[in-house]
Amino acid sequence: MANKAPQIPNIAELMDKIKSGKIFSEIAKEITESQLWTSSFRHGYADTPRNRVLQIASNVWLHLHPVKMHRHALRIKFTWCMGGITFLLFLSTVVTGVILMFYYRPVGEYAYYDMKYLQYDVPFGMLMRNMHRWAAHAMVITVWLHMFRVFLTGSYKPPREFNWVIGVFLVTFTLLLSFTGYLLPWDQLAMWAVTVGTNMARATPFLGNEGPFAEFVGVTPRYDARALLIGGSLVGPPALLRFYVLHCIFIPLIAGALMIVHFWRIRKDGGISGPL
Amino acid sequence: MAEAATPKKKIEEVPEKLHVWPYLVRLEFLCALVVIVALTVWSIVIDAPLEEAANPTKTPNPSKAPWYFLGLQDILVYFDPWFAGVVAPVLIIVGLMLIPYLDVNPKGNGYYTYHERKVAIWVYCFGFLVLWIALIIMGVFLRGPGWNLFMPWQYWDPHKVVALVNVDLPYAFGFRDYTWSAIFGGAVLLAYFGIGTGVYFFMERKAIKSVGFLRMFLKIQLALIMIGIVIKIVLRIGFNIKYIMVTPWISV
Ligand code: HEM
Repeated sequence: MANKAPQIPNIAELMDKIKSGKIFSEIAKEITESQLWTSSFRHGYADTPRNRVLQIASNVWLHLHPVKMHRHALRIKFTWCMGGITFLLFLSTVVTGVILMFYYRPVGEYAYYDMKYLQYDVPFGMLMRNMHRWAAHAMVITVWLHMFRVFLTGSYKPPREFNWVIGVFLVTFTLLLSFTGYLLPWDQLAMWAVTVGTNMARATPFLGNEGPFAEFVGVTPRYDARALLIGGSLVGPPALLRFYVLHCIFIPLIAGALMIVHFWRIRKDGGISGPL
Repeated sequence: MAEAATPKKKIEEVPEKLHVWPYLVRLEFLCALVVIVALTVWSIVIDAPLEEAANPTKTPNPSKAPWYFLGLQDILVYFDPWFAGVVAPVLIIVGLMLIPYLDVNPKGNGYYTYHERKVAIWVYCFGFLVLWIALIIMGVFLRGPGWNLFMPWQYWDPHKVVALVNVDLPYAFGFRDYTWSAIFGGAVLLAYFGIGTGVYFFMERKAIKSVGFLRMFLKIQLALIMIGIVIKIVLRIGFNIKYIMVTPWISV
């Protein structure tokens, strides 16, 4: 095949092919039978039941899906598509977040000015920041709606109890992701919202210096649950660094891992719940 | 959108099971397109806020937590921080995780129904829509300086005068002595949980065998705590009652 001399195309024949539309299937055949194509995709191109199955089963990204599903599970009226949208929004924050990380330094002296720089000097910086923030807010809303729908359809009932529990971890981590990110702009809004939020840790029973029974444990403002969280007795540069690490590394990794388990369990539990 | 799954040409019988490729994957793709376009437009039109640089010496009034925590921040009006900020969130998380293990009604698994699980739906909707969402909306729009309530048409006056007329429940009942107040308050709390649990077990006595003691016990405690939060809100707004029980260590 490789050594064949290139043929001079017959114009009349070519026009015929274009007119009849056969040219498309010929080009498609040429591409899908090339070595480049067959080495990339582990299944044939023709739309056969077998290939439809392989399309899912032999693709690392798609294989978290089952290969077949119940018709009712396709209905948007049933799932509201909210789990999928939550995942998509999570992926959007990962992509835009990585771009923001190129420009942002989690240091008291720089953080705020890096935000300004992002907004005014970095090409598309403002757009990336907006997308990151709005996707994060939207994700909080969609995850609540997803949970609401799962409750309304009773989908937490056997055999899906465990996946509901994973879901509760996921909604918690979604909120923590959002909360830790809230501090990073290092503006007044960020600092005081996080101050209000983390002040609560001061009141932890036994472990917070203003919490009930603290006197029996001997915690102090510089050495209690809140100090552990923000690395000091007030929201300062150590808190910024801690929240940055939690926000960009620790929580996304855990949440991502839990999402994989979540999706895997959906399959193992027999797909999306439905009337049986 | 239900029709998306149905092939255009009606071929013999419609199969119960469909191939995920293409029927689901194409739907996901379309959905993703719509969401990404919406997100992009939203991000072009509205800028994320950036206020002046963080300044630890300048406390804004009101200082608000991120909007999704404002329900909890609002509970702070009615409860001490150890409950509103620590115990309540833990109870919410644990309570949610327990739902599948406490709700043993086999009906309504995998379809929308109100009639087959009325209580469950009511409890969840009340917790989610009222205690979580409504309080957030209130926290975002109606809470102004000093965390005082302002109607949307009112000016957020930082010097609004609010009479401090709250008393504790034992005081309202005439107890002036610390020890006796604490004992009275503790007795009220114990009675609330004790009687609530007793009444529930008596009314559902036939179910104890099939549902299980521990399940029913946990269920009613969580329910009583949820109702208790509402009771405290009502007592505070309607009767200016601050604490039910006051002790040197912990007050409820
Ligand atoms: C980051 C957060 C989450 C993501 C990305 C996610 C994703 C998904 C997706 C894609 C589905 C498939 C069906 C659908 O779209 O509705 C699903 C189903 C499910 N999710 Fe989630 N989810 C998340 C959080 C939660 C939460 C908070 C809960 C509940 C507490 C939950 C419980 C479930 C259950 C029980 C199912 C099976 C539903 C059924 O069989 O009908 N998930 N999830």
